[in-house]
Amino acid sequence: MTNHWVDIKNADLIFVMGGNPAEAHPCGFKWAIEAKKNRKAKLVVVDPRFNRTASVADYYAPIRPGSDIAFLGGVINYLLTNDKIHHDYVKAYTNASFLIDDGFGFEDGIFTGYNDEKRSYDKATWKYQLGEDGFAKVDETLQNPRCAFQMLKAHYSRYTPEMVTKVCGTPKDAFLKVCEYIASTAAPDKTMTNLYALGWTEHSVGSQNIRSMAIIQLLLGNMGMAGGGINALRGHANVQGITDFALYAQNLPGYLAPPTDAEPDLTTFLDKKTPKMLRPGQMNYGQNLSKWYVSLHKAWWGDAAHKDNGFAYDFMPKLSGASDVLSIFNAMYEGKVNGFLCQGFNPLASVANKKKVSDALSKLKYMVVMDPLATDTSEFWKPHGEFNEVDPAKIPTEVFRLPTTLFAETSGSFTNSGRVIQWRWKAADGPGDAKDDTEIMATLFLKLKEMYAKDGGAYSEPIQKLTWAYRIPNKPSPEELMMEFNGKALADVTDPKDPTKVLVKAGDQLPSFAMLRDDGSTTCGNWIYCGVWSPAGNLSARRDNSDPSGLGQTLNWGFAWPVNRRILYNRASADLSGKPWDAKRTMLKWLGDKWGGNDVPDMRPDAAPDQNVMPFIMTGEGVGRLFSLGLMNEGPFPEHYEPFETPLDNNPMHPKNPKATSNPAARVYKGDMEAFGKAKDFPYVATTYRLTEHFHYWTKQSKINAIMQPEQFVEIGEELAKEKGIVAGDKVKVRSNRGFIKAVAVVTKRIKALDVDGKKVHTVGIPIHYGFKGATKPGFITNTLTPFVGDANTQTPEYKAFLVNIEKA
Amino acid sequence: MNMNRRQFFKVCSAGLSGSSIALMGFSPTAAQAEVRTFKLARATETRNICPYCSVSCGVLIYSTGDKSKNSQSAIIHIEGDPDNPVNRGTLCPKGAGLRDMIQSANRLKWPEVREAGTNEWKRISWMEAFERIAKHMKADRDANFMAQNKDGVTVNRWTTTGFLASSAAPNEAGYLTVKTIRALGMTSIDTQARI
Repeated sequence: MTNHWVDIKNADLIFVMGGNPAEAHPCGFKWAIEAKKNRKAKLVVVDPRFNRTASVADYYAPIRPGSDIAFLGGVINYLLTNDKIHHDYVKAYTNASFLIDDGFGFEDGIFTGYNDEKRSYDKATWKYQLGEDGFAKVDETLQNPRCAFQMLKAHYSRYTPEMVTKVCGTPKDAFLKVCEYIASTAAPDKTMTNLYALGWTEHSVGSQNIRSMAIIQLLLGNMGMAGGGINALRGHANVQGITDFALYAQNLPGYLAPPTDAEPDLTTFLDKKTPKMLRPGQMNYGQNLSKWYVSLHKAWWGDAAHKDNGFAYDFMPKLSGASDVLSIFNAMYEGKVNGFLCQGFNPLASVANKKKVSDALSKLKYMVVMDPLATDTSEFWKPHGEFNEVDPAKIPTEVFRLPTTLFAETSGSFTNSGRVIQWRWKAADGPGDAKDDTEIMATLFLKLKEMYAKDGGAYSEPIQKLTWAYRIPNKPSPEELMMEFNGKALADVTDPKDPTKVLVKAGDQLPSFAMLRDDGSTTCGNWIYCGVWSPAGNLSARRDNSDPSGLGQTLNWGFAWPVNRRILYNRASADLSGKPWDAKRTMLKWLGDKWGGNDVPDMRPDAAPDQNVMPFIMTGEGVGRLFSLGLMNEGPFPEHYEPFETPLDNNPMHPKNPKATSNPAARVYKGDMEAFGKAKDFPYVATTYRLTEHFHYWTKQSKINAIMQPEQFVEIGEELAKEKGIVAGDKVKVRSNRGFIKAVAVVTKRIKALDVDGKKVHTVGIPIHYGFKGATKPGFITNTLTPFVGDANTQTPEYKAFLVNIEKA
Repeated sequence: MNMNRRQFFKVCSAGLSGSSIALMGFSPTAAQAEVRTFKLARATETRNICPYCSVSCGVLIYSTGDKSKNSQSAIIHIEGDPDNPVNRGTLCPKGAGLRDMIQSANRLKWPEVREAGTNEWKRISWMEAFERIAKHMKADRDANFMAQNKDGVTVNRWTTTGFLASSAAPNEAGYLTVKTIRALGMTSIDTQARI
């Protein structure tokens, strides 16, 4: 979230699309209800199902799964053609005025630079025109046809209300009504908050769904405002924290890109990865990369990381190519992976195409499952009737299952969706011999270290030299670990303006990442968390919930990254002169000599307004991007592409170009393209979703949740039920080209057939939570059905739009 | 509504709980004080966070025992933390069932192994588990560690053992995990954040 949960109460309009917070995030959704009650805010919902969020909305519009960009592109077109934008904001705080390279273009669904065979783009022209001074050229009149504003206008002119209706199946009047609501927040003192979740991310165009909303929020001037922002309602209680700590290959802690084969040494790495300044006088905060990166190596390798070896640059493995859950399972499926450790994750249930995942696991030599619960994954080799038909004799994988503690049995911090880090205290021991994840990882690591010391083996220096100053070596405490990733000074840190002034004494915890240095004098395991354990102690454990501004900021409750800032880009909540767009919801204002207000400034504190330092400090140009340069893999402007399994014959926006039917830049593995179903065999659109009584595949193990929702079901509309002769309570079989599930049919008014491009499209809703292990009735794993293809940027699988057939079982 | 302790239990035994009496708008002041004493006075209160969705609601966990050394705690009750500025004491249908998750019949209690080709779990000791797993890891790492790529660039990576990490783990466990697996050279890493 750019904003946070309580801030939702400050909105004038709550726009929910791609999420269902009333059911999936009920206690956070209460802030939407507060906004309705206290501010007379409106709630608008766009969703394939009339869900419980819709049931309390002021307005609801239906949409075909997988057509969100067509809808949002239509909104962009509406705002631009009806002049419903926040002009001053757009002109000053976005790249609307920036001129785009003359070579860049778009033709029949494809941007410049496409390579058909590689399914990827050469992004050489996706950039600004640069002047002789090296800075981007701008046209402040916004009239130049090559400026981002005019190009945006031209790009979305095709997204007419008629086209939206044709692609999305949303009735035209409903679409226009939603546009009116959204447009009302173009007024400088009105804000819309946007709430989304997996309904946007789990598509082959997931990232561009969100980009579309980012463009809308920039046009409306809603970024940085209280009650505004782009707010991802994330899945797990600490999914934000685990993302921040980069438990995935593409990043290192704090979103630092890891070294790749193209960067053989530290100098090349820093040179390539440090963002260039694109407009004069901007903060371009990413230019501090060297301080963050060197401090990370110092935290991990201590004295072994020094100037002469590039701070142990070679100790960090270099990333080569794709490395995400789909690519890892694909490599496993091809026999290229021998071992697999699975910590609190149930991939057999949660990764696409269960059959492929199961076949992949069967090719492993060894697998280690660390979990508090007996998961489906840990028993992928065990026959469970028709729910898991396997022959153990043919599966040579050695499987270890290690019991771990869960939340109530450990101390440590969780980071919520609003980036607020909160400490938790242990209440009881785990059952039996269960151990903490930290003890398991530490013991395993120390065992390997010992074996390498004794027997030698492949390059073990990074293992031997890894810092390990924990009081009990195999049980690092959460306090020790938080202090370590916060970081400390190894030598006195002095003021760059006055070297005689010591800012942090050697040995002390660092109060903020502004103190980090790239000369090896500081350590920090995750720069964005720097300050959480400052010299004042563990700030994540603060429990002062006072709220003097009344805006829900609670700055002394826990600690938000970065530097306890609660609303990102908050400089944009004030005009160029530093006066808030809405004084009643002041986040920040210029006080004559510094920035102050109800949040920690997202701006250099002494940057006077006349210095023209723009609010988006992490970009080299200081402004928000309508045109996203080369950062997205399928284009600088979002374009509608059909899901890989589409009920239509083509993309109605580009009916004559088969290359532009589905995301041209999405990665599709050999065999998976063939496993996509066609509409003639699988005529119905399926979308998966979650129930308010269950959490992923965990609560099926919990008795009370199993009592509340005991059995797997699928949801179909009355019209489809009638066509297929299905009545509520019938057992039905749902098939995709990859397998089938059986479940009870729920016949509902909540899902209606839509008229899409002259065709009637029915949608089947499939809750995900069931499996063969648990306290619920045994069920089929829903991801038996889903396709093995992901978003072109994040590789998040396309769970929200695929094709099935349905019949009475 | 005023009633004494005796009357209160009479009502309770008729099927009403103290909290629903309060919800009905009555104020059984004295009796309510009694019910807290009755249920939670001897319990230890611990502040924690619901592990489900990313609202990360504050919870109060009540357990028996006083956390002194050698005394074993047992969790008897969980409710929303009224001080938490986000959930303000509320819990959803998922969070309201937290105790049953902690006490699930499917909690794992000891290390087990399923040997290749067999159809059963076998209980093993932690020591055996760590020994065997570390042996597997070292053998795979030694056989497949790539020190340099084909162009002679130092890459120091190990791709043939993968790691999926948990988004339910606290930051500190996540940090230790990423620190150790990167030091081993792993790059086939992912987490639930993606799905």
